[in-house]
Amino acid sequence: MIVAVASGKGGTGKTTVAASLATVWDGPVCAVDLDVEEPNLHLFLQPNLTGRETAYMTVPQVDEAKCTYCGACSELCQFKAISVINRLVLTFPEMCHGCGGCMAICPEKAITAGQRELGEISWGQAAGAGFLAGTLRIGEAMSPPLMRQVKARLNQQLAADGGDAIIDAPPGVSCPAVNAVLDSDAVLLVTEPTPFGVYDFKLAWEAFTPLNKPMGAVINRAGVGNDAIYRFCREQKLPILAEIPYDRAIAEAYARGRVIADVSAGLKQTFISLRDQVRDLASPGRAQEAVHA
Amino acid sequence: MNRIAVTSEGPSLDDQVDPRFGRTAGFLVVDLETMDTEYIDNGRSQVMAQGAGIQAAEIIAQAGVSCLLTGYVGPKAFQALAAAGIKVGQNLEGLTVRQAVERFKSGQVEMAQTPNRAGR
Repeated sequence: MIVAVASGKGGTGKTTVAASLATVWDGPVCAVDLDVEEPNLHLFLQPNLTGRETAYMTVPQVDEAKCTYCGACSELCQFKAISVINRLVLTFPEMCHGCGGCMAICPEKAITAGQRELGEISWGQAAGAGFLAGTLRIGEAMSPPLMRQVKARLNQQLAADGGDAIIDAPPGVSCPAVNAVLDSDAVLLVTEPTPFGVYDFKLAWEAFTPLNKPMGAVINRAGVGNDAIYRFCREQKLPILAEIPYDRAIAEAYARGRVIADVSAGLKQTFISLRDQVRDLASPGRAQEAVHA
Repeated sequence: MNRIAVTSEGPSLDDQVDPRFGRTAGFLVVDLETMDTEYIDNGRSQVMAQGAGIQAAEIIAQAGVSCLLTGYVGPKAFQALAAAGIKVGQNLEGLTVRQAVERFKSGQVEMAQTPNRAGR
């Protein structure tokens, strides 16, 4: 089971919730940082990293000895990452989206796989949970290709150990955010009850609704702002699975990089309850079985 | 035969120089001796998400021109134009195509060594 912790607005508490959820999870679980542009789940979970590797994307590399300058690659490429001008082939690796079309279409097999560095994938252990993260190279424009490689490693791991995963997703509602929740079994939308939080929450809800995944809300800093988020969730029949109070002790723990589920027995219970509810959300059959049992 | 390309907002010598290279409305290819013209529409490059400058360089290289007159050229397009052996005269916006060509013929357009726009 994969749970994605997402939001529209940044800074609502995705990482805070993901770290706490991983800490209270019963059974094998991997905490995954897919916010590859600004990964910071490790700051809370403080994993012991046991491995890392550089991630690359395949970009065209041309053997001009074989090239006949027919221009088929240049004609195909939507992004002009490869261009044939007179008797010259130019490549612009930073513009390549890695589709591999130029290599497939070349009648002379003159284009081979070169590499562009996307960033780094690292993994390890964090207090009982597995840990996996992607870190985008500074200057790299595309995060989904790196995210896909992190997810591929996660899938291998889940197939091997049969565990669950909690994904810390990037904020926003475009490709990276959608990519992070795409393979999940349930999506937790973390928000705060302010006009800004509600506005971006609606955008995220709209963006993710077509994916047809079970969704639930987590309201962080409950007690500030207004009741618009509660009304919206009621209208859309979106369950509110947890409320994290606006509380000085939580702010202090967060500021020190602590996992907030460890702040008090009450908060721990909040996350245990969230864990059980999201599990039911992800597998509706399980809840019914429990009722019948 | 010496032909040059000018980024143009329309098909005549009296249209304005389009300041954009990659996303220009079109190119007026001008024969410097006869002043005969040929217009190449650039609508296809205008709608590209990225790489319009490179595409435009391909188009004018195919047209067999020795020089380009325009407003602004970015770094990738400049690289492609250099590879194609096409010289570049920049900062000619605000003129008509005819004025730009006359200025070029009288030797008052300096050929650029570097692009005058930052890339994205």
